[in-house]
Amino acid sequence: MVAAGPEREPDAVLRGPVGVGPKVAGEALVSQHGFSARYDLDRERGMFLREAHDLHGQSLVDRVVVFPTAKGGIATSWMLQEMASRQKAPLALLFGRTNPVMVQGAVLAGLPLMHLLEPAPHHAIITGDRVEVDPAAGTVKVWRADSD
Amino acid sequence: MDLTPQEEAMLEGRAGEAAKAALEFQVEVGDFFAAKDFVPVRTAHLASDPESLREAGAEFLEEMVGRGARFSIPTTTNAGTVDFAKAELIGQRDIWPKRARRILDSLDTMGAHLCNTCVNYQTIDQPLFGEHLAWGDTGTVIWANSVGGARSNFEAGPAALAAGITGRAPRYGYHLPEQRLATVRVDVVDVDLRGRAAWGALGCAVGRELNDYWKVPCLVGDGFKPTPDELKSFGASLASYGSVAMFHMVGVTPEVRTVAEAFGGREPVARLQVGPADIEAVYRGFVPEDDHADLVVFSGPQLSILEMGELAEMFAGKTLHPDTRTLLTTSSIAAAEAHRLGYATALEAAGVIILEGVCFYVMAPHELAERFGYRTLVTDSAKLANIVAGYGYNPVFRPTDVCVEASVTGRIAW
Repeated sequence: MVAAGPEREPDAVLRGPVGVGPKVAGEALVSQHGFSARYDLDRERGMFLREAHDLHGQSLVDRVVVFPTAKGGIATSWMLQEMASRQKAPLALLFGRTNPVMVQGAVLAGLPLMHLLEPAPHHAIITGDRVEVDPAAGTVKVWRADSD
Repeated sequence: MDLTPQEEAMLEGRAGEAAKAALEFQVEVGDFFAAKDFVPVRTAHLASDPESLREAGAEFLEEMVGRGARFSIPTTTNAGTVDFAKAELIGQRDIWPKRARRILDSLDTMGAHLCNTCVNYQTIDQPLFGEHLAWGDTGTVIWANSVGGARSNFEAGPAALAAGITGRAPRYGYHLPEQRLATVRVDVVDVDLRGRAAWGALGCAVGRELNDYWKVPCLVGDGFKPTPDELKSFGASLASYGSVAMFHMVGVTPEVRTVAEAFGGREPVARLQVGPADIEAVYRGFVPEDDHADLVVFSGPQLSILEMGELAEMFAGKTLHPDTRTLLTTSSIAAAEAHRLGYATALEAAGVIILEGVCFYVMAPHELAERFGYRTLVTDSAKLANIVAGYGYNPVFRPTDVCVEASVTGRIAW
């Protein structure tokens, strides 16, 4: 298992503008595709249902999900809150650059969301990494899953 | 954010608990995007379908009603999940009409106009040049910004709800002149742009390349002559595939008269060229798993009166294949007119099911697929084809005449 927090210095620190939502820590799930809850998910289970998505068959529940971009329409705004009400939401959302819909949805659901981080999160973070998302501080700390 | 005395008062709760919560929400979103202040908006357009809201969203709206939420500006509702007269025929579970009724009752109490249409701009509310709006449903926003020259961000459900209550929206993104300048030049060369599918395919080809809310394409070509319905199809598709909120089309859209003006003196950050092979590739990218069509759907956005008239002519004297269900969605206003003009009679005589106030992809389509074994869905809507791929369907996007043929023969011609 990966130690995180004070025991060990992070392997990377991403910095960006202040985000929304509380500080959280958890395991990353990284995509190189865009994200829309309506276009991509079986929301009942929090699984990627869209066959062409690079996370097809994976669960985003309680993961820090990382995407280059938000895609599609506006429905995700309601859907994050609905999924959160059933404990099927992601722990936090990180984007290369987001559209307003994801932010509106994250605020309603009380989920952390950040974007415009340097370096870009979908390049700097690998699935399985342990990450600490601190929207108020504008930082994301990353501990590699495969390092000692 | 810089707040007016009125907004400060709202945050202190002097306009009620609901207005306070709504403005707090908007301040949080506005701060995220570094909005300097709020801008008054004339209307809000709210997506509030039960398929998105489900139980938690329905309860949230009831709580807001309980906290005294009332709309301070005209607020219209987007396409919903249920045509109450047809839910049983379609085979929707009872939960959907019940939930839809709860949601619509809440919004009615708040004072919404329950229009249930994603083409409010065709039937209800014309966006005017330069005015500020808070619209949700991406198809309505891209129309308002591009064709109307009005100004709106994607104000998704909770955001449009908040804007309807407070009468304002955070001033960032497409409210600002600098965000409205083109950044990507798209040359459209030798493409036969006739019919809503062709325009939808163009929207798909461009949208997939951009895939960014903050990019504004400027389309350049030789004498674009879209109909309003074709522009509706193009915009909805571009917004769906690219999350794009605005485009310029020189000679068609009103905000710029020349390419140079569209880019505001800057160089494009990217250039694209779209030719006939790109359009063909969009169609060919949708591969039928077998040549039988389970469903043919004309929807996404809702059809206009003129589009229903065209389809009525195409279906006149034909009988649908018994194993292929054909659906059409429209607004109540267009449906009433289609009945008066005889279009609906012709369509229904052929066997087409006309649904009002809904759009197929918000009708809980995953449940219909499970219940009836639907898999292959043929449509002339590029947007719908994009979305239903996430609901367990094998979407096949084809021109309108191929869709009509599939309805009649049950087969997908190519």
